[in-house]
Amino acid sequence: MAEIQNFTLNFGPQHPAAHGVLRLVLEMDGETIQKADPHIGLLHRATEKLAESKPYNQSIGYMDRLDYVSMMCNEHGYVLAIEKLLGVKPPLRAQYIRVMFDEITRILNHLMWLGAHGLDIGAMTMFLYCFREREDLMDCYEAVSGTRMHATYYRPGGVYRDLPDQMPRYEASRWHDGADLKRMNAAREGSMLDFIEDFTNRFPARVDEYETLLTDNRIWKQRTVNIGVVSPERAQQLGFTGPMLRGSGIAWDLRKKQPYEVYAEMDFDIPIGVNGDCYDRYLVRIEELRQSNRIIRQCVKWLRENPGPVMLDDYKLVPPSREQMKGNMESLIHHFKLFTEGYTVPAGESYAAVEAPKGEFGIYMISDGANKPFRVKIRAPGFAHLAAMSEMVEGHMLADVVAVIGTQDVVFGEIDR
Amino acid sequence: MSKRTEKLATAMADRFGERITRVSSRCGELTFELAPADIREVCTALRDEPAFRFGMLIDVCGVDYLGFGRQEWETEDATATGFSRAAGRDVILPEPQDSFPPKRFAVVYHLLSLEHNWRLRLRAFTGEANPPIVPSVTEIWSAADWFEREAFDLFGILFEGHPDLRRLLTDYGFIGHPFRKDFPLSGNVEVRYDPERARVIYQPVSIEPRTLVPRVIRDDNRWEPDLKGRPDG
Repeated sequence: MAEIQNFTLNFGPQHPAAHGVLRLVLEMDGETIQKADPHIGLLHRATEKLAESKPYNQSIGYMDRLDYVSMMCNEHGYVLAIEKLLGVKPPLRAQYIRVMFDEITRILNHLMWLGAHGLDIGAMTMFLYCFREREDLMDCYEAVSGTRMHATYYRPGGVYRDLPDQMPRYEASRWHDGADLKRMNAAREGSMLDFIEDFTNRFPARVDEYETLLTDNRIWKQRTVNIGVVSPERAQQLGFTGPMLRGSGIAWDLRKKQPYEVYAEMDFDIPIGVNGDCYDRYLVRIEELRQSNRIIRQCVKWLRENPGPVMLDDYKLVPPSREQMKGNMESLIHHFKLFTEGYTVPAGESYAAVEAPKGEFGIYMISDGANKPFRVKIRAPGFAHLAAMSEMVEGHMLADVVAVIGTQDVVFGEIDR
Repeated sequence: MSKRTEKLATAMADRFGERITRVSSRCGELTFELAPADIREVCTALRDEPAFRFGMLIDVCGVDYLGFGRQEWETEDATATGFSRAAGRDVILPEPQDSFPPKRFAVVYHLLSLEHNWRLRLRAFTGEANPPIVPSVTEIWSAADWFEREAFDLFGILFEGHPDLRRLLTDYGFIGHPFRKDFPLSGNVEVRYDPERARVIYQPVSIEPRTLVPRVIRDDNRWEPDLKGRPDG
């Protein structure tokens, strides 16, 4: 009888379950995986090097494109690192807006993750359900920044502009008019805060819908329970953060442990898992959806009651208003200098980390006192998670690779940078 | 600088003495510099000893300090030329390949202690060795594996003892270390489809590197600690 040999299997980079451009070289023993070697870098754009050649503010837009499903959280890490070096703090209202949008981003990210993860392991409906809710939140992005994804909304010193007083509405078209249009615009009659509040009223019931489909679903459990188990000790060793760490039972959340902005004022809980498998991480993320919803409600309440500036009025850092620029020589000079040269940041180094939806997103910034950063290092959570791929899939079947890729919530924008 | 950070700083100084040097920080972060030879011993102690318990390696980052603090456009006097004519096209001058200034390359480690809720930064300059070498910390923290591969790929820093030091982010067959400051932003080669040979080929880049906004360093009194908060004038 012929001797049975191991063989190598190439997975990706164009596989639909590879979540982008992951190439996995799998060493197989029959259908069991012995070793996985991820090949990454197919989306490497040298974001860190590009940032070294531009004034500080021009790189904010690049941060959106790192983890392109949690855009504003990436911006947040970047502007925090600059603010830390400058020694400035944004106005309180800007801090609340940032927290609110961080949580909106977390919901956006987790919905994208849930939809894609579900689709990968056989729950088609999830994808459609999740995108239904994502649409509303992307409208919030658009209303506040003008774009649905790559917002460039956070700036050192605050946020670009205050929340709009009116939520954009659908217009009559060949496909939608009359009662149909009225229904679509029902939540959009008031301000943006009204719209968000309406969303937070609707959203918990939607999460219940997702859970009805998945949580006790036999097929879902068969695909996720006891798959990709990571012990708390190994999770620390491997540099896991975010839901990957919490899924293994370690209650660590930067929003609680090292609060930034106004997270210390917020009332929310950190869910943790027990077994550290894909199913626990699923439960953790689902609960995070509910907790984020809670935080958003608290922010909406505060923002309604406390109008105020959303940007510092330090014109060495923040451009003056158009009106001032046109009527005041000093402001014109500030405007000119900011847009031709940018601002200089004092020499030094800082590391600012935020609890991004995927884990700890950190920016390590070295400044030599110039108007451009000397070095920016992006610490992407997914990078450390994907590095543990081989360990997580070892001994599992080929089909479980897809479940593990899903549970890691990898996005190649941030891993390849 | 908070009391908690100060406590860690004191503990570090007591434990490691002269092997580590503290670097002052503007924003209350704790940074120590140490020699590459001490990395493994210090890191093992930081991970295991109950006073530290840095169970997590958050990041390993290579840094190339070539041209640190250098401006692209000196503006001591008023100029009639403007930047586009005044600035040189060479963004950073290439260094001769055979020797490095001892403080050119550094490896920066970011540690996190979940137990004590501390963050710590360690920096090791690689010295004059060409290629730059530091010991690997993969045996201390498994997370170091890919971070070190990345630093090797992008900066050409070798990690002694790393089990599998391959390129990670750049293309298969890539030449050079792209994040070094003497590597041009636009790269050295570009790819295009050659209809004659009916395949994709590499050729030298056809675009000229240029600087859109010059790097300038301004003296800003606001950042002087003794002048902070004083009225203008």
